[in-house]
Amino acid sequence: MQTSKHNQTAIQRSTLIDALRTILVDDAILFEQEDLKPYECDGLSAYRQLPLVVVLPETIPQVQAIVKLCQQHEIPVVARGAGTGLSGGALPHSEGVLLSLARFNQILDINVQQRTARVQPGVRNLAISEAAKKFGLYYAPDPSSQIACSIGGNVAENSGGVHCLKYGLTVHNIQQLKIITIDGELIEIGAQGLDAPGYDLLALLTGSEGMLGIIVEITVTLLPIPERVQVLLAAFDDVVKAGEAVGNIISAGIIPAGLEMMDKLAIQAAEAFVHAGYPVDAEAILLCELDGTNEEVSAHILTVRKILQDSGATEVRTARDETERMTFWKGRKAAFPAVGRLSPDYYCMDGTIPRKHLPRVLKTMADLSKAYGLPVANVFHAGDGNLHPLILYDANKPGELERTEAFGGKILELCVEVGGTITGEHGVGIEKINQMCVQFKPLELTQFHAIKAAFDPKGLLNPGKAVPTLHRCAEFGAMHIHHGELPFPELERF
Amino acid sequence: MKEQDLSQALQVQVQTANENKSPLQIRAGHSKAFLGHTVNADILDVSPHQGIINYEPTELVLTARSGTLLSDIEIALAAQNQMLAFEPPHFGDSATLGGSIACNLSGPRRAYAGAARDYVLGTRLINGKGEDLHFGGEVMKNVAGYDVSRLVTGAMGTLGVLLEISLKVLPLPEFETTLVQTVDTTTALDKLHDWALQPLPISASCFDGDQLMIRLSGAPTAVRAATQKLGGETLENAGEFWRSIREQRHEFFAGDKPLWRLSIASTTPPLKVADKVLYEWGGALRWIKTDLPTQAMQHMALTAGGHATLFRPGQVQAQQQPQEIFQTLPDGLMQLHKNIKRAFDPNGILNPGRVYPEL
Repeated sequence: MQTSKHNQTAIQRSTLIDALRTILVDDAILFEQEDLKPYECDGLSAYRQLPLVVVLPETIPQVQAIVKLCQQHEIPVVARGAGTGLSGGALPHSEGVLLSLARFNQILDINVQQRTARVQPGVRNLAISEAAKKFGLYYAPDPSSQIACSIGGNVAENSGGVHCLKYGLTVHNIQQLKIITIDGELIEIGAQGLDAPGYDLLALLTGSEGMLGIIVEITVTLLPIPERVQVLLAAFDDVVKAGEAVGNIISAGIIPAGLEMMDKLAIQAAEAFVHAGYPVDAEAILLCELDGTNEEVSAHILTVRKILQDSGATEVRTARDETERMTFWKGRKAAFPAVGRLSPDYYCMDGTIPRKHLPRVLKTMADLSKAYGLPVANVFHAGDGNLHPLILYDANKPGELERTEAFGGKILELCVEVGGTITGEHGVGIEKINQMCVQFKPLELTQFHAIKAAFDPKGLLNPGKAVPTLHRCAEFGAMHIHHGELPFPELERF
Repeated sequence: MKEQDLSQALQVQVQTANENKSPLQIRAGHSKAFLGHTVNADILDVSPHQGIINYEPTELVLTARSGTLLSDIEIALAAQNQMLAFEPPHFGDSATLGGSIACNLSGPRRAYAGAARDYVLGTRLINGKGEDLHFGGEVMKNVAGYDVSRLVTGAMGTLGVLLEISLKVLPLPEFETTLVQTVDTTTALDKLHDWALQPLPISASCFDGDQLMIRLSGAPTAVRAATQKLGGETLENAGEFWRSIREQRHEFFAGDKPLWRLSIASTTPPLKVADKVLYEWGGALRWIKTDLPTQAMQHMALTAGGHATLFRPGQVQAQQQPQEIFQTLPDGLMQLHKNIKRAFDPNGILNPGRVYPEL
């Protein structure tokens, strides 16, 4: 799967380690099998690979020197944050250096008046909000792994969370980046104002999955903590009605802070696990969180409550206090591990669809579930159309992982078919690289490769990830003929 | 609006220009021609490429062809009680969606709701090789591939000819009011910074040197509570006032001196200039009409953590030949810009020199 062209020019591992010793202290270089082991995968453990060597730099000049060394010897460099990613974006390269940014773990400055925090990439997402709390501020994007995931990884993946509809993704909440290019040059992107001159490299780098540069510093935007937060829970006897209720809330001019949907299997799993008091006979529940000033929230709760009832909810509850609000959320937040208890393994998908196609997508998914003989539970960021189907399987049963991956691939292709995307927030990494061939035409992939080459002409940064080669797509496409046309007719078949 | 799909004709023109290595100046409404350097090249007219292709109010998504008039889009949105939250300036009745996105211009709501680039979900464009490409889509969350849609937003046509743009739209605020307070500059900035730290429904701010204008938006009860808290007189004809700021029809913008736009750290103290300054975006955007040289303005902006743009050259400057309009980029950053330009437009045929001579 990974190219071997780097092999021919690569220096011996021992020579590389000697060279790294001139840059780093000994405990910042790992090369023994047992030391490399913890780095063999990220949050997507189905893919594993030991790197040649792991480095743990702690200064920008060290990163520059490492990258220059790798550039000189044409050694692949894979950057890694906390390793919580779900698409294998930080999967090591067998011939490469795994560059961990774990030691870049300092919050450098919180500028209260400007409402920004300047942080190193290894700082945990939640740690920023914790540090800003005493100033009445917080960092809005909250991926479910926020307790562990690092802000550098968030930028590399353009991470989302449950509050994206109102507060946006990582790209909407950062202001400046410092990156190291493959030439070892330190480049500052963005500005202290609300925009910067030239091309929007801040947007280009965000979500670029370590393909364009190594992020070594981030300035994030902070927001005032809302005065009040309130949540409603509504039960429905039909997922279609729940989907319509979401549209009705938005039509009424209300943008909730969070708007989450769970289907029956997810509800039952969550209830059995954390006893959040969910109605287990419901076909779907909606959690609608409203935040803002006290008056705004009071006004909107009444409106949303009425909309939910008018949309056919069988039950609507408003959290009476903060404890109950946390309880309502507890089930949703524990949904993944809860579903995990139903089965030895589960595979978390991440597609986005225009919400109007929800009934069709759920129906097709149910049919596929039967065809593949694998149950699927659905957790849905309903406000922004981001679907997380969880496929239940047993990796110990021969062929079941392969069947799960095939089923997952079908779900993503379905998302593309209805005008959506193969990844809402988890990234492409290695996991969805084949589905990129479904989402993009060859010319578009070629444009991506040209962008990559503008930053990294030798393709040393995270090679083999995020954007498939046209050859790979031809191989994949040979099995997937769309609309009766053979894709990539210009390429040789093998 | 005359709906018309000119994608193929535009593509053929770009392909031909690319084969002949003959540059094009991309033009739609021609309302923002004053911004950036003049491009001396054949005109590629995008203005007839019009029409709203898809609008789903309940999904908060609109897709339109680039030549669609901004006013037509705003009318369609208003009919569903929605809006473009970045409040784009028009600078003329002929303003199009494509031009607005190509320039990434945002109005008074920007500091509180985000810029044009924050609302771009997807684009279809023709690159310099004449290839018809589609990036992003019509969904809020999409991390497949590089974010080309935001990269081309604000690139002023130097990376591609925009064909279609998908945007996130937002509901119109239920209620709005604008408060006026008479204060000095330091007090105005202090107040703006203090308020920004609190969860208040502020949606626009402007200080003209004497008066501080604050717009509040949201549920009527929330706006009334904030009105009590902040104090001040209620501004009559507030809608017209904010339009005059957005469209630069306010008296501040009158006169022949060059108009500079400084986008800087909001906390920057009052700038040391003799000329009048108009403040927006909580202090992060400052307009100055001054004869100070480019170098001085760029230095002032850089020191304040931001950048300067010669937004409208004065009468004298307009007749002279080129000086820098956008902030000079450091060498490393400029090199990346050149590489990216080449990746999209290897023969340099799309709006060459509009932003920087090198691009």
